[in-house]
Amino acid sequence: MSDSNHHIVSYRTYGLVLVLLLILTGISVAVTQIELSRWATLAALLLATTKSAFVLAIFMHLRFDQRIYRVMAVFVTLVIIAVIVLTFFDYGFR
Amino acid sequence: MSETLAHHDEHRDDEGSKLGIWLFIFTELLFFGGLFVTYAVYRHANSQAFHLAGEQLDVTIGTINTIILLISSMTIAMSITAMQKKDKRATLILIGITLVLALVFLVNKYFEWSAKIEHGIWPGSPLLEELGRGDTLFFGLYYFMTGLHALHIIIGMVLIVVIYVRVQKDKITHDNYQLLENGGLYWHLVDLIWIFLFPLFYLIA
Amino acid sequence: MSSNPKEHTEYKSYLEEDGGRKGIYKWILSTDHKRIGLLYLYSMMGWFIIGVVLGLLMKLELIAPGQTLMGAQTYNATFTVHGVIMIFLIVIPGLPAVFGNFMLPIQIGAKDVFFPRLNLFSWYIYVLGGILVIISLFGNGAPDTGWTFYAPYSFKTGTNMLPAALGAFVLGFSSILTGLNFIVTIHRMRAPGMTWFKMPLFPWTLYGTGWIQLLATPVVGITLLMVAGERILGIGFFDPAKGGDPLLYQHLFWIYSHPAVYIMILPAMGAISEIIPTFAKKTIFGYRAIVFSTLAIAFVGYFVWGHHMYTSGMSGAALWAFSLLTFLVAIPSAIKVFNWISTMHQGSITTEVPFLWAASFIFIFMIGGLTGLVLGSLATDVHVHDTAFVVAHFHFIVFGGVGFAFFGAIHYWFPKMFGRKYDKNWAKTGWITFFVGFVSLYGPMFYLGIKGMPRRYFDYLPEFHGPNIISTLGALVMITGFVIILVNLINSARNGEKTTEKNPWGGTNLEWQVATPPPLENFDEIPTIEKATYKYD
Repeated sequence: MSDSNHHIVSYRTYGLVLVLLLILTGISVAVTQIELSRWATLAALLLATTKSAFVLAIFMHLRFDQRIYRVMAVFVTLVIIAVIVLTFFDYGFR
Repeated sequence: MSETLAHHDEHRDDEGSKLGIWLFIFTELLFFGGLFVTYAVYRHANSQAFHLAGEQLDVTIGTINTIILLISSMTIAMSITAMQKKDKRATLILIGITLVLALVFLVNKYFEWSAKIEHGIWPGSPLLEELGRGDTLFFGLYYFMTGLHALHIIIGMVLIVVIYVRVQKDKITHDNYQLLENGGLYWHLVDLIWIFLFPLFYLIA
Repeated sequence: MSSNPKEHTEYKSYLEEDGGRKGIYKWILSTDHKRIGLLYLYSMMGWFIIGVVLGLLMKLELIAPGQTLMGAQTYNATFTVHGVIMIFLIVIPGLPAVFGNFMLPIQIGAKDVFFPRLNLFSWYIYVLGGILVIISLFGNGAPDTGWTFYAPYSFKTGTNMLPAALGAFVLGFSSILTGLNFIVTIHRMRAPGMTWFKMPLFPWTLYGTGWIQLLATPVVGITLLMVAGERILGIGFFDPAKGGDPLLYQHLFWIYSHPAVYIMILPAMGAISEIIPTFAKKTIFGYRAIVFSTLAIAFVGYFVWGHHMYTSGMSGAALWAFSLLTFLVAIPSAIKVFNWISTMHQGSITTEVPFLWAASFIFIFMIGGLTGLVLGSLATDVHVHDTAFVVAHFHFIVFGGVGFAFFGAIHYWFPKMFGRKYDKNWAKTGWITFFVGFVSLYGPMFYLGIKGMPRRYFDYLPEFHGPNIISTLGALVMITGFVIILVNLINSARNGEKTTEKNPWGGTNLEWQVATPPPLENFDEIPTIEKATYKYD
């Protein structure tokens, strides 16, 4: 019986990830103090994406689960991004 | 994908159950996705106004709420580890902490919203009409998105309470805990959404 | 391989199993996927009759210029409710809800879907959604916005938008849960040895459809909530006076509603892919091509929504991007048509009733698809947008596509589902009557559209009178055909000659190897699959 369910992630790993997430949160807040104007959105989104990646990979176990879940998660993310991009074919060029 | 069945109960398929909750999570991502599209479009068209309106939100409360949710994600993830280690007491404590943190989040939200409403800002309020379109859209999105998110927190809390009780009653055990895992996954979704809401509303000043 | 000792007792068809319940509770409390499929069938039949009546009322109004039966307001409400019923209560649940539920587990060698109680719950909320639609008919009157609920009118109209929007929202949930259930079922419950590429084509289409249901439906869900927010709170998302953009509503709405048409058509194509090989006694031509075409249609179809909005005011960049993508999505559909025809080529054809429906499906679907190219092309679309041409196009492709496939499927699987035979002569008569009526009803609309007759108007210029008469008469002929079909099937289900024949048509899939009608858990023993089930030796 192989079951990724039985992969045990240590308390320590979870704790470390939390620390990382808190640091990234701190950076996000700090970065807004700097005048970045047009890059501000990008910076905020990049940091949020990084935080999400950790939540998905470790907290939500994607790193330890069967590959199919990762494939699906990536696929869905790409679809959402593609929808936003396509919508901006309209709004970006009005 | 191979057939992986828990050997002790050949009719139960935990992987399938997990797949089910992941698929549901995908629908939630698209559900909120529509609002993120809306946000993107309106921010693009009203970047100055959004920037100014964002200054009216309290970064401190927003950051505290972010921290609260991140910790709660950790605690519910840890509760699974506790379950796997057959530590029922730790499992219950960790689930309990998650629940308390969720409640604190909601209380903060209540104070935030009350403050705004006291200042005359709510969807369709006369003040908002006066302030102009950028503000109307920003706060419309703010209330709608954080409101919908809060609704999902409440749903998550109900789910967590159900799970807590089942762990208590040994209906969820170390060799039958998919429900706990699924609840955890749902909770992380709620956290994920907030991870994006936070910078988009609070950190754009 | 599990073997239930209890199955070794007397065979009992699923219709004879009552789970210890009586009367209607045998049905509405049953989690048996087969009964649930029939629950959907019966509910949808009821809704279809209402939808057809509404359509008939519209055609009677249009039989002559000027007011014939109703004024503009009533006409607007009529086409709105007609659309809401046909789209949300019939064609979107469509083949998946009926035949997907009934046949999917059997075709993959499973005893039910993965979440049987969720399955029943999906039907419950289907019923709830329908009730909400009914509620919207009273009080301030049925919505008059068109089933597309465009802003800003949808939040300004005094009619009952909220119950209708809520009904659509609830029905969307039903669709999502069905898709979720089928995806997990297909991933986890295929019989041992049934690899993905040994799976029949109907389940493949249910798989692709399930993903669309999952990833597109939530977008219309949130959009309807936003409209509710407009109506209740005046929130301003789509209100120009508050900075909102009505065009954004259209984007969000069509981000779902275009993929929705693939929810409708993919399972229909799947049924055709089952029927044709059986009546050509030949393995389907290009199985893998059809599988990949199915996935391609599901995927590319997600990104073409802007072709509903060419004249709304989008940017030039959006115009060409959406037109290009629209042309791309036509390709895999064409591949399927080639494969169906190639299957028939040098096959040993028997013109049984299901085959007649499948062959006529190809004809009708092609007309629908080719006219879709006229609409997908920017220059020609400007001329026919919002005319009767569009109405003809989508009736050919949706009603013709889904409808013909549905009729084909019901005539194909009927003996298996009910253990009865239907009268083939009446069935053929019904088919030809329906077919002739259908073409007469919708054919003239292409001409009318090109000539400039607008859609969604209760009146028209005198020069459009002639073709409109043909169209309305066509409706009457088509409805006659439908009545013949319906009466034949209902009568046969109750009084038709009983049959226990497992494989009346000589089909290859697993459903033709189980008893007729199937027992409660479909199989005495879950089979182990060695060769692909869809192949003829």
